[in-house]
Amino acid sequence: MKLTALIERDLRLAYRRRGELATPVIFFVIVTALFPLALNPEPTLLRSLAPGVIWVAALLAVLIGQDSLFKTDYEDGSLELMLLSPLSLEWIVLLRVFTHWLATGLPLVMLSSLMALLLDYPMHAVGVLVMSLLLGTPVLSFLGAVGAALTVGLRRGGMLLPILVLPLTVPVLIFGAAAAGRAAVGEPAAAPLYFLGAMLVLALTLAPFAITAGLRISLES
Amino acid sequence: MIEPMEFPSVLSVDNLSVWRGERCLCRELNFRVVTGEALQVQGHNGAGKTTLIRVLTGLGRADEGEVRWRGEPLRRNDAEYRASLAYLGHSNGVKLGLSPRENLAAASALLATPIANNVDATLERVGLRAHADMPCGMLSMGQRRRTALARLLLAHVHLWFLDEPLASLDMAGVTLLTEMLKAHLSGGGIAVFATHQLLDLAPFPVKNVVLGTSA
Amino acid sequence: MFVWFHKLASPPFFYKFADKLAPWLGWLSLLVILAGLYGGLWLAPPDYQQGDGFRIIYVHVPSAWMSMFAYMVMAIAAAIGLIWRLKLAHAVSAAAAPLGASFTFLALVTGSLWGKPMWGTYWVWDARLTSELILLFLYLGYIALNHAFEDRRTGDRASAILALVGIFNIPIIHYSVTWWNTLHQGPTVFFGPRAEMPASMYIPLFIMIIGFMLYFTAFILKRLQVEVLQRERNTTWVRELVEKS
Repeated sequence: MKLTALIERDLRLAYRRRGELATPVIFFVIVTALFPLALNPEPTLLRSLAPGVIWVAALLAVLIGQDSLFKTDYEDGSLELMLLSPLSLEWIVLLRVFTHWLATGLPLVMLSSLMALLLDYPMHAVGVLVMSLLLGTPVLSFLGAVGAALTVGLRRGGMLLPILVLPLTVPVLIFGAAAAGRAAVGEPAAAPLYFLGAMLVLALTLAPFAITAGLRISLES
Repeated sequence: MIEPMEFPSVLSVDNLSVWRGERCLCRELNFRVVTGEALQVQGHNGAGKTTLIRVLTGLGRADEGEVRWRGEPLRRNDAEYRASLAYLGHSNGVKLGLSPRENLAAASALLATPIANNVDATLERVGLRAHADMPCGMLSMGQRRRTALARLLLAHVHLWFLDEPLASLDMAGVTLLTEMLKAHLSGGGIAVFATHQLLDLAPFPVKNVVLGTSA
Repeated sequence: MFVWFHKLASPPFFYKFADKLAPWLGWLSLLVILAGLYGGLWLAPPDYQQGDGFRIIYVHVPSAWMSMFAYMVMAIAAAIGLIWRLKLAHAVSAAAAPLGASFTFLALVTGSLWGKPMWGTYWVWDARLTSELILLFLYLGYIALNHAFEDRRTGDRASAILALVGIFNIPIIHYSVTWWNTLHQGPTVFFGPRAEMPASMYIPLFIMIIGFMLYFTAFILKRLQVEVLQRERNTTWVRELVEKS
């Protein structure tokens, strides 16, 4: 009952701020579109680059969106109330990251099929691409949330967050792009997808602890 | 009614020292507050009132000394302690994108044992019945503060920690808060608040702590 | 013995201890490194495949090893600082970070220098070098976070969390980069000692590693002295120390 109330609150807030939350999605589309402009828009070239380009754009878009995860709550004082709740902060944080992903990451995952079209990515492999993003973007959200928790109290924290988090996201990028790349050329993509799944499980179980520790430390001063 | 304890509830502070960077905000502070008492934390701007209150809630940490609730020192992750307190900070903790009603529903979700479904009555009590469904971003500062005050009434807790609760409140608001505090204290609660303006909570005893007087 | 360790956590005692020990370790490390360099650059026979060019491993491999070792020290000190709330442990972490980053940078540079005469290119995306590069980013992130806070204590504790998240991720990162490398059949650059290396080749390598470790310890002790002075600058013992000198 409480969990649904928390989810409801976050989703309702997200809906009211939907303009703000659309930023990562728009960013994703623009960045993806930049690559053909910067390179040769020749279809075979685009096709070979497509998995990597889509994945890098998705990675950057998710990270950009993570700064707003705790910022507004920090500024209006509701983050303190979350920390003072007798409920398990790890659960509250898990739900928060999840709803944030629903609002920012999931649209991205769905739009990726459209981006695949732009980059001449073979349609038969789009399922794997979407799957890789579906498994990978939540992991990226959690990693970004760790960075957000550590930088929430900083004024210029938004600039620091990507620097802190990007190295940690390399495995997700490698396996995600590999899955999409293999599927595009007809090779089996199960192995990297399984790795992504394993990382998702790790992120779900361990990241909340790092995030709550980071929040408590950030709010101590 | 807060459930009665076999022994009186005591919030005590032993030899508490809190530093902020280079400055010592309080050195070897000692006090006790028991059921039905209020503690007024006073001091000039920047003396450390907010920091002290945050240390008492467990949000901040003391450099030396201990805070004890019912004789037990506060533990790192004290869910039980957090279930016994309500906090009103400088910033209201009110989401501007939600209405007062929605804000209270969200705050309720974070409580251990909220009083069931009397959001309307609570809003009535703080004088926000008419504006219950407008987004708080469209309300005045005083009305947002009243929304935050309403949050205090969502559950029966022993401890109220209020940081400058009178800020933004008009005369009627001050009266409202005074009444709320008296009701809380008579029900067996403890209140600790930082304020520039002294409150008259007679007949309840109000102790005083003044920060920033020693080096 | 345990009592002595406990005393070590007290800043003034630690300061005097480090003051005495660090110079010894420093000079010893210099001797050991010189011995290792003599062994590696002079005594060891040239490699049958790479001639004299392989000798750069006597700097490259110890640097790479130390870059990992320093991160471990940083992470363990961070954990100790968080769990037992020891300021000195956080100071160890803060001191190890720039040194570790320097070792990582040195490993990258020597790896790159090795690449040019051997394979004609200054950079190869091989698994080890790529992992070292990501490690450098992790170090830089830690240092950036540590210095981003006004309150030193908060900065220490926040970057401690980052260090712990990092140490957990490093095996995953390394595995994924290795996997990625095999996927694209990158050049398998040979950076480590081979199994059939003669003693005259790998003994200087171990000597260099030991020398680097001694240097690391001496450096950390010296840096810790500075950190301790900085963090305790308002206490009486520091004021007395400054007045005496």
